[in-house]
Amino acid sequence: MRTQKTTYCLLFLITFFACAQDKNPVNIKNSHEVVVSGLTNPWGFVFLPDNSILITEKAGKLIHFKNKTKKEIKGLPEIYVRGQGGLLDINIHPNYQNNGWIYFSYASPKGEEAGGNTAIMRAKIENDSLVEKELLYKAGPNTTKGQHFGSRIVFDKEGYLFFTIGERGNREENPQDITRDCGKVYRLNADGTMPTDNPFVNSKGAKQAIWSYGHRNPQGMELHPDTKDIWIHEHGPKGGDEINIIKKGKNYGWPIITYGRNYSGSSITNETKKEGMEQPLHYWDPSIAPSGMAFISSDNYGDWKGSLLVGSLKFSYLDRCELKNGKVVKEERLLDGIGRVRSIEQGPDGFIYVGVENLGIVKLIRN
Amino acid sequence: MKTISFNLCLLFLICACQSSDKKMVQNSTLINQNFSKGKEIYNDFCMQCHMPKGEGVPKAFPPLAKSDYLKNNRLESIKAIKYGLSGTIIVNGEKYNSAMAAQGLSNEEITNVMNYITNSWGNKNTSLITEEEVSQVER
Repeated sequence: MRTQKTTYCLLFLITFFACAQDKNPVNIKNSHEVVVSGLTNPWGFVFLPDNSILITEKAGKLIHFKNKTKKEIKGLPEIYVRGQGGLLDINIHPNYQNNGWIYFSYASPKGEEAGGNTAIMRAKIENDSLVEKELLYKAGPNTTKGQHFGSRIVFDKEGYLFFTIGERGNREENPQDITRDCGKVYRLNADGTMPTDNPFVNSKGAKQAIWSYGHRNPQGMELHPDTKDIWIHEHGPKGGDEINIIKKGKNYGWPIITYGRNYSGSSITNETKKEGMEQPLHYWDPSIAPSGMAFISSDNYGDWKGSLLVGSLKFSYLDRCELKNGKVVKEERLLDGIGRVRSIEQGPDGFIYVGVENLGIVKLIRN
Repeated sequence: MKTISFNLCLLFLICACQSSDKKMVQNSTLINQNFSKGKEIYNDFCMQCHMPKGEGVPKAFPPLAKSDYLKNNRLESIKAIKYGLSGTIIVNGEKYNSAMAAQGLSNEEITNVMNYITNSWGNKNTSLITEEEVSQVER
C-alpha cells in the first residue's frame, strides 16, 4: 500500500516537473561542429555562392565570414535596438550571382512617432560596405513596445519577395485589421514594387502588400522543397505556437482563435476554431518558442530527408519534425541543450547549419 | 436581528478597511505610480524569460522573486539591465549561465522597472532607485 502511495507521489512529481518541458524524446545520435564561433545572437544568415556566409547580429552588426575570418560590413541603416528588435533576417536574391542584391530586415526608427517598426531593405556589397541601399518596406506606426517584429525573408519559386511582420505587441488592433500593418505576411516584387495580383490591392484602405493576416509573431519561414508552398511557424502565447502553410488572402485567426493562453495563464479566447479562419498544421503546447526553420532536402542525413527542422529558443534544442502526408507525425530533440536556437539553414553542401545564441553557427552531424 | 447586526459589523469593517487603505494610498501615491510604469516595462521586456511572478525558469533564467542576487547587487543589477549581462552568476545557490542582452531601455524606464522588481513578489526595497543613480552607472 505504502509503495503504491509512493509510486503515485513520484508519478505526480514527475508529471509536475515534466510540465515545464515538452515531451519530445531526446535523440543523442547526433552532434555538432562549430563553424563560426564568437557570435552573440546570429538572428539570420545566408550562404553566398562562394560558400562564404553573411550573418546578422541582432545588436546591429552585419558580418561576412570568409576563409575562417569575420569581417564587418559597414553602412547599415539606423537600427532600433530595443526588446526583440534589432538587425534581424538576411537573404539573397534568387539571381544573386548576377545582380548582387542582398535583402535584410531590421527594426527601424524611421518615421514621425517615437519607437520603431519592422523595415525591409535591399542593398549590394562593395568594399565591405553596403551600397545602392533601397528601403522596400517600412511598417507603421512606430511603437516603443518591445515585442513581435517577425522579420523572416523568403523568395518563392516565381521570385516574389515574402516577409513576415509580427503584431508589435498590439494584438487588439493589428492582426485582424488589413488597413493596419503588423501581424501579417507580406508579398512584394523583388524590386519592392506592388504585385497587381496581391489579395487586397482593391480593398479600400488596405495595406496592399499584405498576403495573409491574423498572425502573432512568425520568426520562421521557408519554401517547402517539393510543394514550393510557403511554410511559417509563429510564436503563440503560452501553449499556442503554430506551424502554418501560407495561402493568399487567408486569415490565420490571431487573437480570435488560438490554442494558447496569456503568459499569466488567464484565457484569451475560448475558441480554437472558427469559420473563415485557418487551422494550424501543427501547434506546440507547451510552447517551444520557435525560431528559424529549414527542411532537410539533401541526402546527407539518411532517413531524416524531408524532415522539418525548427529551433527552440525556450528549451534550447533543434526540433526535428517528421512529416507524413503534410502532418507532423513525430518530433524529437536534436542537439539537446545546445543553447537558444535562433536560425537554421541548409548549406550548399547539403549540411544543416544552426545559429545558436552565445555560441555561433554550428554544423549538424548525424552519428 | 442577528443578521442585521452582523451586516452592520461587516459594513463597519469594510469602511474601516477602506479608510485605512486610503491613507496608505495617499502616502505612497508617487511610489505606486512608478511601480505601475515599472510593471508595464516588466511585462513588455522581461516577463517572457523571468516569468509573470518573477519565478524565472530553472537552469535557464534566474528568479527575481526573493532573489539574493537582486537584493545584494543593486549596482550590478542596474548595470545588467542597462548594458546586458553574460557569464556565470549564482542566484539563491543555483548557477545560471545564460546571457541577457541590453533591452534598449531609457534611464527612466530602468529606474521604474528596478523599483518594480525590487518591490514585488516578496521583495522589499525601501530606498528607491532614482533616475540619477541609473544615469551614473557605467559599463
